[in-house]
Amino acid sequence: MTLLIRKPGPQSTVQDLGRVRYRFLGVPAGGACDEIALRVGNLLLGNAPDCAALEIALGGLELVFEVATRFALTGAAVGATLDGAPVRGWRVLDAAAGASLRLGYAAHGARIYLNVAGGIDVPPVLGSRSTGLLADLGGFQGRAVQAGDQLPLGPVETLPPHCAVMAPPRGQVLRVLPGPEWGLLPRDTQRALLSSDWTVTPASNRMGARLSGPALALNDSAELDSHAVLPGVVQLPPSGQPILLLADAQTTGGYAKPLMVIAADLWRAAQFRPGEALRFAEVEPAQALAALAAQRQWLEHLERSLRWQQRAST
Amino acid sequence: MNEISPSIQPLGETALVLSVGLDLAAQRRLWAAWHALEQRLPQVEWILGMGNLTAHFDPLTTAARVVIRALEGAWTNSVGVELASGQVVTVPVRYGGEHGPDLALVAEHAGMTPREAAELHAAPDYTVYCLGFLPGFAYLGGLDPRLAAPRRADPRLAVPTGAVAIGGAQTGIYPMPSPGGWQLIGHTTAVLFDPYRETPGLLAPGDTVRFCIEDIA
Repeated sequence: MTLLIRKPGPQSTVQDLGRVRYRFLGVPAGGACDEIALRVGNLLLGNAPDCAALEIALGGLELVFEVATRFALTGAAVGATLDGAPVRGWRVLDAAAGASLRLGYAAHGARIYLNVAGGIDVPPVLGSRSTGLLADLGGFQGRAVQAGDQLPLGPVETLPPHCAVMAPPRGQVLRVLPGPEWGLLPRDTQRALLSSDWTVTPASNRMGARLSGPALALNDSAELDSHAVLPGVVQLPPSGQPILLLADAQTTGGYAKPLMVIAADLWRAAQFRPGEALRFAEVEPAQALAALAAQRQWLEHLERSLRWQQRAST
Repeated sequence: MNEISPSIQPLGETALVLSVGLDLAAQRRLWAAWHALEQRLPQVEWILGMGNLTAHFDPLTTAARVVIRALEGAWTNSVGVELASGQVVTVPVRYGGEHGPDLALVAEHAGMTPREAAELHAAPDYTVYCLGFLPGFAYLGGLDPRLAAPRRADPRLAVPTGAVAIGGAQTGIYPMPSPGGWQLIGHTTAVLFDPYRETPGLLAPGDTVRFCIEDIA
């Protein structure tokens, strides 16, 4: 009842919805960087929302299903083959016992999710199966998977039918609200933040995407007493190059926070790969709430329609 | 004591930050407010900082105005609340040389020798203001202001486990390898975080930390 990893790719980790409420200990929430991809994968397979999947950075993964397994690929679009035959993302797929799955490298987007019926059944640590790479916490032995690892699968009660969904559109723009230090920044810096293309650099990881663009000037008030930071915060260190915090973001920081990506766009923020450019667009708080509500409704609608199809097929 | 003028600011649509300024009296009130808020609005995640407290919440199920009212009320009611005092934890440190590559820089910034800087760092009792940044990382109050040193312009990609560091007017211990912008002055073998211990963090808000000098290189 396992997935046997043949090639791990650049970085593949077991992730679920993350560790809830351990920030008081300094433990980041972690979990899937693109939570929407994880949630849709679990919906497709009839899994509980907190079932763990494999988050695959960029691609390059090869594995063997040691038992017949129902699975789905979501997140970044990637060329994939199952025993040599091409398979597509965002739909329910079946692997026979012994079948090999091979992923190429994503042409666009940064993170691919392999969900399996029953989820990846590693033991929870501090309430989550997520891999916390900085603290070697949870997931599969607290680390990214390696060739030869055997990931245990959870029990499956009923197999869902073969549904497919449309991948949500991604785009180049992240909607933002001004952060607490927005007003302290020089005008030129404010303008440059919102009008420039920001390229994600190779020094990026699950903690944050380091952005490269015009050097931004700060004033002296930009160094602060340490305070909570969250995924979506855009930090501006004295180097003048912003850092967009992602799922493994540290719980507190001391750099200025000129912008905050709205919650509905966090999954988009996680899908920019090194070399891709993004832009920030300011919105009103009411628009941020409306976008979040619309996203929840979309997920709820998806869940209802998948459940209906699943009932209709049994 | 500074005049405390609390402010509440949004951090995106899912968080609000109460900032009261950084001193020990204010932080004691924040500990009291934090404990009260954990009870009053348990659906909100409360995150203590240095002189600030952040509410992280789902804005579709808890309205921001409800969180603001709770924060204001808890801060007002925190006057004169006495909390049980924490434990005293001794942390052995090897200062300077390979254990603290930035000690000379911090000493130079302070206009003293590396030895003087290490002795000044180990002299006071420090108070754990809050945990954060990394699992088990404690923000400590009590650093002699002469030792304050700017954070690095570009954060290091890998700071080693057990590094004792200064960032701005703060000092702390890195519980695990991590990127970080603080100046590294020493190293300890104390284990700050272990998820399988009954209490995963070695330190908790309100504890006292004593650094003891193992050697100075």
